[in-house]
Amino acid sequence: MSDPIPVDSVGVVTPQTYHFETPIELACEQALARYDLVVETYGELNADHSNAVLICHALSGNHHAAGYHSIDDRKPGWWDTCIGPGKPVDTNRFFVVSLNNLGGCHGSTGPNSTNPATGKPYGPDFPVITVGDWVKSQALLADRLEIDCWAAVVGGSLGGMQALQWSLDYPDRLKHAVAIASSPRLTAQNIAFNEVARQAITSDREFHDGRYYDFNTLPRRGLMLARMVGHITYLSDASMGEKFGRELRDQAYKFGYDAEFQVESYLRYQGERFSEVFDANTYLLMTRALDYFDPSYEFGGDLSKAMAKASCEFLVLSFSTDWRFTPARSEEMVNAMIAARRKVSYAEIDAPWGHDAFLIPTPRYTDIFTAYMDRVAREVGA
Amino acid sequence: MRADLEIIQQWVKPGHHVLDLGCGDGTLLDFLKRERNASGFGLEINPDHITTCMNRGVSVIEQNLDTQGLDNFEDNSFDIVLMTQALQAVRRPDKVLDEMLRLGDEGIVTFPNFAHWRLRWGLALSGRMPESDALPYKWYNTPNIRLCTFKDFEALCRQKGIRIKSRRVVDGQHQNNWLARFWPNLLGEIAIYRITREKKQ
Repeated sequence: MSDPIPVDSVGVVTPQTYHFETPIELACEQALARYDLVVETYGELNADHSNAVLICHALSGNHHAAGYHSIDDRKPGWWDTCIGPGKPVDTNRFFVVSLNNLGGCHGSTGPNSTNPATGKPYGPDFPVITVGDWVKSQALLADRLEIDCWAAVVGGSLGGMQALQWSLDYPDRLKHAVAIASSPRLTAQNIAFNEVARQAITSDREFHDGRYYDFNTLPRRGLMLARMVGHITYLSDASMGEKFGRELRDQAYKFGYDAEFQVESYLRYQGERFSEVFDANTYLLMTRALDYFDPSYEFGGDLSKAMAKASCEFLVLSFSTDWRFTPARSEEMVNAMIAARRKVSYAEIDAPWGHDAFLIPTPRYTDIFTAYMDRVAREVGA
Repeated sequence: MRADLEIIQQWVKPGHHVLDLGCGDGTLLDFLKRERNASGFGLEINPDHITTCMNRGVSVIEQNLDTQGLDNFEDNSFDIVLMTQALQAVRRPDKVLDEMLRLGDEGIVTFPNFAHWRLRWGLALSGRMPESDALPYKWYNTPNIRLCTFKDFEALCRQKGIRIKSRRVVDGQHQNNWLARFWPNLLGEIAIYRITREKKQ
């Protein structure tokens, strides 16, 4: 990067790989004999190991949540706005753990890793992973890091679902769960968008039933389309309007079908870039994990019965223009917690950026997040 | 200690599950949590108050009584439902009272008395809408859109079959005032009512 690293940054960070040799049983009734998790940590673990915060990533996220991998990095980690010295997740007080989830494509074992049984990438043979499986693997990571109880498990979107799942599966191993711009289960519309994305990928001729690695190619077209449709759901009509309007790349209509509007060119660029750096099989896996997530499923759809298992305190935040996971989805979660008499605080934050608002530091969002995490820190003596 | 907190505390039993409508900065819930080991939630719409609640560990839900109602809460899900200094600011106080007693066995309501002598005197002398410490707004920007007197409130309760279990009257600083006991509707500034449903015949 051209500028010096900002003072409120965690600075240059180096990911670490943890190898796990004990098989992990998955919800699909398959097991992974061995696997790796790539992890970044920021801040210092205190003497009684009480100040650890787990950050859970969303669909296309990874372990690189904050800081820079080198001083030449153009951009910091994906949640650098909220993690760092003096930021809501204050690394002067917390020991922050961020990992790439199982099935990911940034170093943790996933479809593009080598299958020890065949010596080739897993591809479609990689098991379908659920949010519960992720939480299980995160708990094993916590064991490795000697963290008995998280001060907080924090995530936005799909990350918030992991925080919720933590509260149900390991109620004694976290004090607080923070679910931002999240949902207790996908709606039919959410699943429909995921299905369009998956169809775009699997119908790409270069997909080769998920074995594109063997053909030394990538389903770029399909993954680009998947990302384009996904990206639209992350923004709001208003924020797209403000950013692009009806602006043309050149002055006049060309009466053709190339990218003439700025918004077309932006989506194509974002999609193309994504298709080079993200694994298509991982995209399929992540969207399926989203589809399947529903803690109320085993309670006949009654989320409050599921919530009765939790004992931590909750912070739930939504954003006014988020139409992917609307405030109503967060309120569904909150109402179930209220009915189950769990401790929960909730706010709907006015922000124009749609679902992506959870990554953008608006004053009220930052205030609330900071106030809540300050209290968490005080509680654990950090 | 504020007299109203002291009075309300006496009516909350240890471990009670409490809902506070318009909980402000969470002072009351925080107090009841410490003094009475009470659990529960506050509803609030003021962003700064919500942030303060979250920082002090009071469970607060951003929810607007006028536009969102209380449908998301189940019948009889609380021991006590509180509403301090907010009755006069909601669009339909009558419906909120019904809702309070749907959600809880008991309600505790406090509001400023519009028949306090100073307000009567001010209106009589100046011919202008009165202002006071308890009501420091202009008529056009006041959030207090449903001002009433103690007598008005009690008439509404009678009409609705709501039984007043206790009434305590304090001054604008929430201090006990001897005289106000004798002429509450003239000398009392703030009343604290403890209400419940009349037993069904």
